[in-house]
Amino acid sequence: MSTRAGTPLGRSALTAFTWLVAVLFVFPLLWMVLTSFKQEADAYTDPPRLVFTPTLEQFAGVLERGFLPYLGNSAFVTVVSTVLVLLMAVPASYALSIAAVPGTRDALGFFLSTKMLPIVAAIIPLYVISQNLKLLDNVWALVVLYTAMNLPLAVWMMRSFFLEVPKEMVEAGRVDGANLPTLLFRVVLPVVAPGIAATALICVIFSWTEFFYAVNLTAAQAGTVPVFLVGFITSEGLYWAQLSAAALLASLPVMVVGWIAQNHLVRGLSMGAVK
Amino acid sequence: MTPTTPTTPTQPAQDVAERTGTAGPQPRKQAGKWSATAWKRRAPLMPALLFTVVVTQVPFLLTVFYSFQSWNLVRPGSRHFVGLRNYVDVFADSQFRGAMLNTVLLTVVCVLVALLLGLGLAMLLDRQFVGRGVVRTLLITPFLILPAAGALLWKTTMFDPTYGLLNFVFGGDTDWLSEYPLASVMAQVVWQWTPFMMLLVLAGLQAQSREVLEAAQVDGAGRWRIFTSITLPQLSRYMQLAVLLGAIYVVNSFDAIFLMTQGGPGTASTNLPYYIYQRAFEGFDVGQSSAMGVIVVVLTLVVATFALRLMFRTFGVSGEAR
Repeated sequence: MSTRAGTPLGRSALTAFTWLVAVLFVFPLLWMVLTSFKQEADAYTDPPRLVFTPTLEQFAGVLERGFLPYLGNSAFVTVVSTVLVLLMAVPASYALSIAAVPGTRDALGFFLSTKMLPIVAAIIPLYVISQNLKLLDNVWALVVLYTAMNLPLAVWMMRSFFLEVPKEMVEAGRVDGANLPTLLFRVVLPVVAPGIAATALICVIFSWTEFFYAVNLTAAQAGTVPVFLVGFITSEGLYWAQLSAAALLASLPVMVVGWIAQNHLVRGLSMGAVK
Repeated sequence: MTPTTPTTPTQPAQDVAERTGTAGPQPRKQAGKWSATAWKRRAPLMPALLFTVVVTQVPFLLTVFYSFQSWNLVRPGSRHFVGLRNYVDVFADSQFRGAMLNTVLLTVVCVLVALLLGLGLAMLLDRQFVGRGVVRTLLITPFLILPAAGALLWKTTMFDPTYGLLNFVFGGDTDWLSEYPLASVMAQVVWQWTPFMMLLVLAGLQAQSREVLEAAQVDGAGRWRIFTSITLPQLSRYMQLAVLLGAIYVVNSFDAIFLMTQGGPGTASTNLPYYIYQRAFEGFDVGQSSAMGVIVVVLTLVVATFALRLMFRTFGVSGEAR
């Protein structure tokens, strides 16, 4: 604990222990990174091989398997749905915090309740609707669903940022006769911009990693990177090195986003409850 | 809606009064909840609210509707109204009960184990040491990789009976995924969710008042005493939140089961999301899978009622305005 000094030796031992635990914990990941640079023959050996000649062959193989269209779909769905979320969540959370409209509590409760409903219970109608609208295996179906999936989270999270805007600033704007768009764009948004960025990053992470909708509503045309990875289970462990490369490439964008945003991660994941 | 005149959102009555030239010493009236001004104030909320209502509630209503029908996608023309028969069938289905039990087990075990591990890691991180930032970054990474990638990674490199790292370390040639399917899935889910728990607990630890801790130390309280009497009570809010949010996600676990065990062997690792998926997309039985969906929603609502109350307390949401 930070308040207690302890002996220098004890502290070093604890630090070493912490490092050991951390490395053990992420070992599966480290191993994945290592495997992605192996030849297939080096990937599954008994005992596991630590020393090998690294190669980029697997990454090339992943690209040859048609990874890029999936990456493109993921990027499109993620970006468009995140923009849509922000467009709707900013005014909504303004109304639920600074303007505090009648029924704020009911609206917040409703948004939250949609996060608690199991998504499996909606998949059948969603499939039928998508089929009727000719949206099966179409990226727009995912755009709509991911927007709905992240919107409640974004509203709650942004609300907690909006509540921190000094009341005096908003009042001053109102006295000067600013209308709602002016108030939002000139007074409120500059203050909450970091919060909006954090919210966007969380939406990006959740959209990029979503699996259930993507697997059930898309195939070759609109598949996202998680769907690409599913292609590997049919070849049952035969391409471990290539699978590792694919898993790494597919995860890298959100990993980087998450590393950059780690200070905002807590607040986003707790829907703004924790600073 | 197009605002034709500037509105001051918190003072609608006064605002209207000013514009209509009736401003004066008369008492300000609060606009009614359903009045035109109240709706105007709600306008910024409406796109988000309407979108969420349409996209999330319409499918659920259709699920209820389908659940009263016998409808199999591979038998065209088979669709007809059957009343409650789907529900009777679902309750008589031992596989459904097994899937329900697995769901509860998976959720409870994963959330609790991840919470405990997260608590331990958070306590290790809650001090200054060389490379603290790097260690934290390493520890949150399992949460950031694609769950699908994590599941496939564990299936191959960790659990494989011949080349897996687990058997290399512990010896033997255990086929983890067929001998301990549920436990294997749990291990992967716990691994994925521990960083989330750690982050929330760490936030709680860092929110502790340094003065209180120092005062307790001066008063001669031991480490254990300080931990149980000060740290844990103060952490409980954070841990409740972690459990609740973790449970919302873990209860819907699908990736790990789909990719690691396909619910097997048999139905040993089938949870409700996976079972409903199977009935719908492999059995094409729309009616029965819809009935299961409705049952899951009802069960979730019971839990969610308590959860909502906790959330409102945690977030300090009370009356209408602040």
